Amino acid sequence: MRSFSLGDFLSLLSALQWTAVLVVIALGFGAPLALLLALMRTSASRALRWTATAFLQLVQGVPLLGLLMFFYFGMPVFLGVEMPPLVAVGIAMTVYTASFLGEIWRGGIEAVKHEQWEAAACLGLSTWHQFRYVIAPQAFRMALPPTVGFLVQLIKGTSLASIVGFVELARAGQLVSAATFQPLLVYSIVAAIYFAACLPLTLWARSLEVRLNGAR
Amino acid sequence: MQTLNFQQLWRYQDQLIDGTLHTLLLTLAAAAIGTVIGVAGAAAVRSGPRPVRWAIRGYVELIRNTPSLIQLFVVFFVLPGFGLRMGAFEAAAIALGLYFGAYCTEIVRAGLDAIPGSQVEAGQCLGLTRWQVFRHVVLPPALRSVYPAFTSQFVLLLLGTSLASQISAEELFHTGGFIETRTYRSFEVYAVICGIYFALVMTFKLLFAAVGHLAFRWPVRR
Repeated sequence: MRSFSLGDFLSLLSALQWTAVLVVIALGFGAPLALLLALMRTSASRALRWTATAFLQLVQGVPLLGLLMFFYFGMPVFLGVEMPPLVAVGIAMTVYTASFLGEIWRGGIEAVKHEQWEAAACLGLSTWHQFRYVIAPQAFRMALPPTVGFLVQLIKGTSLASIVGFVELARAGQLVSAATFQPLLVYSIVAAIYFAACLPLTLWARSLEVRLNGAR
Repeated sequence: MQTLNFQQLWRYQDQLIDGTLHTLLLTLAAAAIGTVIGVAGAAAVRSGPRPVRWAIRGYVELIRNTPSLIQLFVVFFVLPGFGLRMGAFEAAAIALGLYFGAYCTEIVRAGLDAIPGSQVEAGQCLGLTRWQVFRHVVLPPALRSVYPAFTSQFVLLLLGTSLASQISAEELFHTGGFIETRTYRSFEVYAVICGIYFALVMTFKLLFAAVGHLAFRWPVRR
């Protein structure tokens, strides 16, 4: 047994980079998928709308922990090969991000009045250009504050990766806590690090909300 | 490709049902604790003295900006420090209750803020007592505006109770771990567990939609 030292604190801080890696993976792969889902949900085709809705209901009806386990144990079953935890965690976080961001962005797209689409169509823009140049910029303003708010959810959500043994901040906390037998101290520090990472985003989301809504 | 085998899981029906009931119990307990905190917190934030307001704001921000998993660990390890000996299930109910309470405070506060002061004044002009104003003027529209956010937060809480398995509270996900160690059919076990959560969530969503439809059907002019 040893007591908590500066080295332990630094190892916690350096584990934060793996939390960041997870967030980047989830956003990098999840955001395009989210855009696709949002467009499917707002499309004229019933089949596309229903497919996207079914996917969203399914993902949001299952705990994130369940998603993690599903992909962690499911990859060998589906693909027949063992995968490093990062792959399974990355896929689960991507699916999770896509479903929540997809819903947020759908809300943004639907909040833009339908006349805007019609006006753009009258100007002779193609459907994609209507979205790209008329709808998306307005939807972006509305969807930005909740998107930043979701980032906080995502950072907190990455802590679950610890459960399948992926060493990020929460897992590093468990390891240090097991080595020092000071769980209360260690988890408080871990919580403080998460807090320091999330609070600026929360405050930013709040100021965006005031600013962008005021300008409408 | 491995073959799937769900058959072995049938033997653990009773444990699965028991785990599901414990998950529901944990959800309801945390929701009850959280709702009390939320209503009291929102009332205090609106009209309490400044130190109380700051304390509640701090609590809300602290909970909302740290992972629920870490909160569970902290509560689980803090309580014995204060001489409170309690099981993992009780600790989980408290931690999740504190978590739900923070979100609930924000939801209730937003619901109360949404009612224009002029409506309260109009009620007072009609000669209604304070209680009557609250009961007939403030409460119905406040409940209605709180309802969607509250119910979706409740669903998130239900899903979030799965984290309690990590401090070995015996709920559905913990049951999954137990069956997994007995059968070694990890994927099948967690697929079934996910299915049960999904069924629970869908049931609650339908229930909430039905109740909302019946309870809040008076028209609004916007």
